[in-house]
Amino acid sequence: MIHCYKLNGYNIVLDVYSGSVHSVDDLAYDIISEYETKDKKQIKAEMLKKYANDSTVNEKEIDEVFDDIQELIIQKKLFTKDTFEDKAFDFKKRNTVIKALCLHVAHTCNLNCEYCFASQGKYHGERALMSFEVGKRAIDFLIENSAGRRNLEVDFFGGEPLMNFEVVKQIVKYARSIEGKFNKNFRFTLTTNGVALNDEVIDFANKEMHNVVLSLDGRKEVHDNLRKTITGKGSYDIIVPKFQEFVKRRGGKNYYIRGTFTHNNVDFTNDIFHMADLGFRELSMEPVVCDPNEKYALTQEDLPKLFEQYEILANDMLRREEQGDPITFYHYMIDLQHGPCIYKRISGCGSGTEYMAVTPWGDLYPCHQFVGEEKFCLGNIYDGVTNQKLVEDFKCCNAYARPECKNCFAKLYCSGGCAANAYHATGDIKGVYNYGCELFKKRIECAIMMQVAMQDMSKE
Amino acid sequence: MKRIKTLETRKLVGETLKTSGCGECQTSCQSACKTSCGVANQQCEKCKAE
Repeated sequence: MIHCYKLNGYNIVLDVYSGSVHSVDDLAYDIISEYETKDKKQIKAEMLKKYANDSTVNEKEIDEVFDDIQELIIQKKLFTKDTFEDKAFDFKKRNTVIKALCLHVAHTCNLNCEYCFASQGKYHGERALMSFEVGKRAIDFLIENSAGRRNLEVDFFGGEPLMNFEVVKQIVKYARSIEGKFNKNFRFTLTTNGVALNDEVIDFANKEMHNVVLSLDGRKEVHDNLRKTITGKGSYDIIVPKFQEFVKRRGGKNYYIRGTFTHNNVDFTNDIFHMADLGFRELSMEPVVCDPNEKYALTQEDLPKLFEQYEILANDMLRREEQGDPITFYHYMIDLQHGPCIYKRISGCGSGTEYMAVTPWGDLYPCHQFVGEEKFCLGNIYDGVTNQKLVEDFKCCNAYARPECKNCFAKLYCSGGCAANAYHATGDIKGVYNYGCELFKKRIECAIMMQVAMQDMSKE
Repeated sequence: MKRIKTLETRKLVGETLKTSGCGECQTSCQSACKTSCGVANQQCEKCKAE
């Protein structure tokens, strides 16, 4: 399967099953686009007619393009057949180990954000804080279930995890005290709204956290509209100076300024540019996931505008790259040479198999977005994973699980999409959240175009 | 090739479920998105180490 598209003056051909990317001229683009549906004689006649006024196109040139296509087919870089489909269904039999936990250390929050998927941190339940005993047991559970996997990830999440900072510190101290003994390397992440940041937290996080995710929606009016304090005031002025200080002192370690855009700010690139103006360079901006009846929910009419925004962002990032002051956008980070292996591309994010969320009282869920949905409870950190049927369902929830994905060029980039998004949109983890797919495909097209453009730049 | 430029990419063809999938890489959703899965922007841990 191939995917041909034109963007920002580039003609791009993706060969889905080999992962190859080709940047081609107009003639090659037209020939490749028709290669599988018409015979050579027919294509040749069409091209000679279409390019009659182009002196560089003649029969010999067209033959050369056909020869090049043949060469690429032999090299398995074009029109490559799908050799993965049959193997994907063996996934049910594969042994998985748990390598990442999302610890819900606080089911409570010091903000009252209108669009919060965790319903202000409570996940449709009672407010709760994780005790150190539960956190300690979660670390032991992760080690016990990670077999030979060395790198283990633990995300401190909420609600707002800093509302339980003392326990966060204790859990980290405990994990560090035993990682050497078990030949493990813990990578911690803290996701925070920033309200409770202070010098102590910053110093601790910059020492211990492999990554920090800092929630900011962009422009003050956009941020304050939905991210409010308990008293209903905007939180922008409280958090921005703290984030700036945090990042300044981070010393080059990973961080993300992460925002959510909604129907209220379809021009979300202006929010990303605002983040850049504030001095932040590693940025992430996500479409809101919510009930379609909410007034801030994204609409079908927003979709073309969002596509345009993604293109504006890609072009602006190329401009910044050329000027030597680049920004990173999470969804445009794509490493064509050192990206994920085929196993990862097929198996996906690992929710419910390699990755689980732990509630403040120790229950296990496939990921943070399923917490509060009782039927998705996998077990608990004391008795282990007891709902094996559910684990098997998640094991099979991969790039080949959905008939809708069969002819999609992006399936080995998204591996079938987010199970939680699918469930919330369709009631089935193997369903398809079409709106998310449309945005994902656009982002991948932009990300790959940027790779093509940057290669061009490096040659100049 | 005059009219086709091919970018250097990881060769997926030939990779099998036995030769790939060490699993040491980051969990996709753990990094920054939190509400939408995508594996394309993950880095291979083996490649990073080499």
